[in-house]
Amino acid sequence: MKSFLVLVRRDLSLALRQGSDAAMALMFFVIVVTLFPLGVGPEPGVLERISSGIVWVAALLAAMLSLDRLFQADYDDGSLELMLLTPVPLELLVLAKCLAHWLTTGLPMLLIAPLLGIFMNMHTDAFPVLLASMALGTPVLSLLGGVGAALVLGARRAGTLVALLVLPLTIPLLIFGVSAVEAAVTGQSAKAQLLILGAMLMACLPLAPWATAAALRQAAG
Amino acid sequence: MGGYAAYIWSSYGVVVAVLAVMLVSSILGVRARERELSALEERVGPRRQRRQQSGLKDAHHDA
Amino acid sequence: MNWFHWLANPARFMRFAARLQPWIMALGLLTGAAGLYFGLFASPADYQQGETVRIMYVHVPSAWMAMFIYVVMAAAAGSFLIWKHPLADVAAQAAAPVGAGFTLMALITGALWGQPMWGTWWVWDARLTSVLILFFLYLGYIALVNAFDDPERGSKAGAILLLVGVVNIPIIKFSVDWWNTLHQPASVARMDGPSVDPSMLLPLLLMAGAFKLYFLYLLIVRMRGELTARRIRLLRLSDIA
Repeated sequence: MKSFLVLVRRDLSLALRQGSDAAMALMFFVIVVTLFPLGVGPEPGVLERISSGIVWVAALLAAMLSLDRLFQADYDDGSLELMLLTPVPLELLVLAKCLAHWLTTGLPMLLIAPLLGIFMNMHTDAFPVLLASMALGTPVLSLLGGVGAALVLGARRAGTLVALLVLPLTIPLLIFGVSAVEAAVTGQSAKAQLLILGAMLMACLPLAPWATAAALRQAAG
Repeated sequence: MGGYAAYIWSSYGVVVAVLAVMLVSSILGVRARERELSALEERVGPRRQRRQQSGLKDAHHDA
Repeated sequence: MNWFHWLANPARFMRFAARLQPWIMALGLLTGAAGLYFGLFASPADYQQGETVRIMYVHVPSAWMAMFIYVVMAAAAGSFLIWKHPLADVAAQAAAPVGAGFTLMALITGALWGQPMWGTWWVWDARLTSVLILFFLYLGYIALVNAFDDPERGSKAGAILLLVGVVNIPIIKFSVDWWNTLHQPASVARMDGPSVDPSMLLPLLLMAGAFKLYFLYLLIVRMRGELTARRIRLLRLSDIA
């Protein structure tokens, strides 16, 4: 548990010191959403109708942006091999890396989502559900993204490839995330969708680090 | 075909075309590789080749 | 499990497969011809869909193949990762483009069926959407396997991706179904209206059998190509050394 926290703290301080990656993903998130009113026109009804989908799609794309960096630096400088040698299970270390990734990309996106909701004319009643769906969904994104990031280590054009691999797998997330917000907008209960998102998180928490660890072992070995 | 002949025949045409493309490209790929392999084996020489073939078998076993 | 190990020797497997090949070809041509005869001439038109139901005899078997080949590849990936079966990875890589081809066939014939029936080339029907996503999964696997300088890395990463994908497919299917029932436009006719009549089931099953045999034939051809490519790589490496 101690090495788990150490690794989270190390990754966080690395991310904060370099600063650019997480900030760029966040900026990308905001800019993509800003492009939509310019593309489809500023009519409030149209924007309100598509707001939940746009925010979710933009979040998926922004999360892809920072993924190829998740293990790349550790792979290049050899820290990955040290992690493999430590007695701590690799799955736990992967979980720590994913947590750090979520804290630097998922959490900021979650916090800024209401602002984008206002941009997109989303009904304010839906904000709690938007936040809840993203709070459950973005960690899944980091966990699934971890699998993709580990698979493409050392590949050519890894940054594009990881998005091609991970995006199809995130479709369930998109569907239930958007559906939860839409239910809240139309005044229905979003409980079912949020429960399913929670179930996905619970399923990904053990399974994704396991697959990621397998991918990391074959990348280093 | 009840006025839908164009759709029916073109879908069968697509199926035949895709199946044919897969078959032809697979066979051409195998031929090109087999030519490359025999050219390579000739160049490497018969004595070394024998050694490589036994090495290959082992490699397949532990691969 | 005895035959499983017996076939683990690539040379022995290829000899065995080469003996089978003409039989597979003959049987495949026979079932294919019979399927085409029953599908195009000797079966009635559907009372709702009219003659366009004949598209079903190629569309539905291609969609079945699209799913079948992915499951075969995932099973191969599993035996490659667990038992290190040397031919499993060869089979998975040889099958991938064929699977993508059948998926493409299912998508195009689906569009050609949709245009006369629904009045549009594409609808975001749950099945069409799932097949499209399956197509992306195939392309992703092919891209990943070929993205490494070291082919061994590509094999292992691809195998892990296949297993992750096969766990995800039911979840994707379920979520697309949910999404589709929320958004189902009222004007679109459901495809699964009438149950299938025996006169239609016969050409459907014949075509499905013919496609499976065709896949098997292609798989053997492509596996020979893949094994040859590996021998070339090995010779090159030892040539340099």
